[in-house]
Amino acid sequence: MALLASGNVSAAYIPDRDERGGFNFDNVARNEMMSQNGLKFKAAMKTGTTITGVCFKGGVVLGADTRSTNGETVADKNCEKIHYIAPNIYCCGAGTAADTEAVTGMIASALELHRLATKRKSRVVTALTMLKSHLFKYQGHVGAALVLGGVDINGPHLFSVHPHGSSDSLPFATMGSGSLAAMAVFEADFKEDMTEEEAKEIVARSIRAGIFNDLGSGSNVDLCVITADKVDYLRNYECPNERTYVRSKGYDFPPGTTVLNRRNFMTATAATLPVNQIVDIIDGAPEDVASGDAMQTD
Amino acid sequence: MIPTRVSHNPIIGPGVVPFGVDPAYDAQYKLNQAPRSHVASHGQGKPFTVEPGPHQRTQYPYVTGTTVLGCKYKDGVMIACDTLCCYGSTKRYKSVERIKKVNSSTIISFTGELSDFHYIVSLLEELDTTDYCEDDGSELAPWEIHSYLCRVMYNRRNKFDPLWNSLVVAGVKHGRTFLGTVGMIGQHYEDSHLAAGFGNHMARPLFREKHTDDMSEEDARKLMEDCLRACLMRDKTMMNKFQIAKVTAGGLEISEPFQVPMNWGYEKFKDPTKHAVGAW
Repeated sequence: MALLASGNVSAAYIPDRDERGGFNFDNVARNEMMSQNGLKFKAAMKTGTTITGVCFKGGVVLGADTRSTNGETVADKNCEKIHYIAPNIYCCGAGTAADTEAVTGMIASALELHRLATKRKSRVVTALTMLKSHLFKYQGHVGAALVLGGVDINGPHLFSVHPHGSSDSLPFATMGSGSLAAMAVFEADFKEDMTEEEAKEIVARSIRAGIFNDLGSGSNVDLCVITADKVDYLRNYECPNERTYVRSKGYDFPPGTTVLNRRNFMTATAATLPVNQIVDIIDGAPEDVASGDAMQTD
Repeated sequence: MIPTRVSHNPIIGPGVVPFGVDPAYDAQYKLNQAPRSHVASHGQGKPFTVEPGPHQRTQYPYVTGTTVLGCKYKDGVMIACDTLCCYGSTKRYKSVERIKKVNSSTIISFTGELSDFHYIVSLLEELDTTDYCEDDGSELAPWEIHSYLCRVMYNRRNKFDPLWNSLVVAGVKHGRTFLGTVGMIGQHYEDSHLAAGFGNHMARPLFREKHTDDMSEEDARKLMEDCLRACLMRDKTMMNKFQIAKVTAGGLEISEPFQVPMNWGYEKFKDPTKHAVGAW
């Protein structure tokens, strides 16, 4: 609690900044000043994704593609978009990859502490409320569009969460750039009370529709089946984009293929390292490194 | 007086008024000014809207039609669309026949501005009238109509005054089934299944998954209805009143308006906030 400058404690109580609540607009003036001085805020990078989820009789199935894009380039051909939240709750993330990973990791940690405090299994709506309030607090700047699914004491639940903090409770949900293609599959073929196999099939089909009809999605299909008694994290459930041509001779270049113009390397010994950087090398003494196969020099 | 056929002059291409045809019209351009008198442009050969002031390009469409879907099947080709034309976000005209018969072997449909489509239809009627006057029993083939429309659209795009439409042309002639599309900047292609507008995002993935060229008519119709329902559920400018037109070697037929069944009875819709206050 901050005391008044005059030291008169009996005057009005001024709460600490954090205790006031509400929104903090202190940075608005600073941001405006910075943009006027020429700073352009970088727009959040979208990953381009197809993520889906479906409720079936007794559980939920979540699906995602595995392509992560950086502008027009594929950054990661086989990334994991289905994130762990709790043993019975998983969340697919679309939008800015860093945001989805950070936000789901944060809520997973918070839920773990919550489980330890309450000694109960987590509920999906708890994760939902935590995610929503976090995203709303950041007014859409945290670019995470999520499909959250799990099974708890109240049954199977599926929610979709938008970056600004709104959520929908749905029987089937899609998010990401491939959401329209995936949603077309659901609108045509979704049925209530499917079996687990039917649900897996329709989710895999919807992700494939996103992979083959949307440029931002691609590579493989990941599934996660959550029921009351088990979770099946089916990483790379389908690989419809196998590399078709692999050079039969392999890629083995004989020594001397690359012309070596100049060598300039130092062996790390006590004599060459600065004093405060000498560390104990556990795997192999420096002499082994120099004479090993790490670099062909002739 | 025999009206001058100006809408497809071979010198400068179709869809524009060539210089020298109408002196009164040309006189208005003499001082490098835009024409001052308004001339109605119901496809009678004067495609530019003429208003006082600097010459403006077409900025945006006003009365618009949404998605069109088309697919080939074993016996021929079918096109489907709804019967709604919106005025901005108002569903204004609910019984518009957005599929038109061009001649006995070709049908055409559109998305985008309704008035530009009416103009295109009048151009095609002129072509048809010429054919009729030739009186030799031969008509233009669907791919010829498609080719003509490509030139019209591209020419208008080059004049910076596009016809704000994406057209789908379909037909069967001489045993060859044709399905092609032309966009407002002149882009065109043919395929076994097409969509114009929102259907490109919703319906084409379904077509790509399930469509084959030798589908039976019932299967094609069922696939078409599934795609229409997928589009209807997700497009705010669409309504549940569709027409399907099909062309086969035996002739063409535009169906009466029909509905597709919708299902709103999912368990999760019944009380969505039961466990999640604040969701919907």
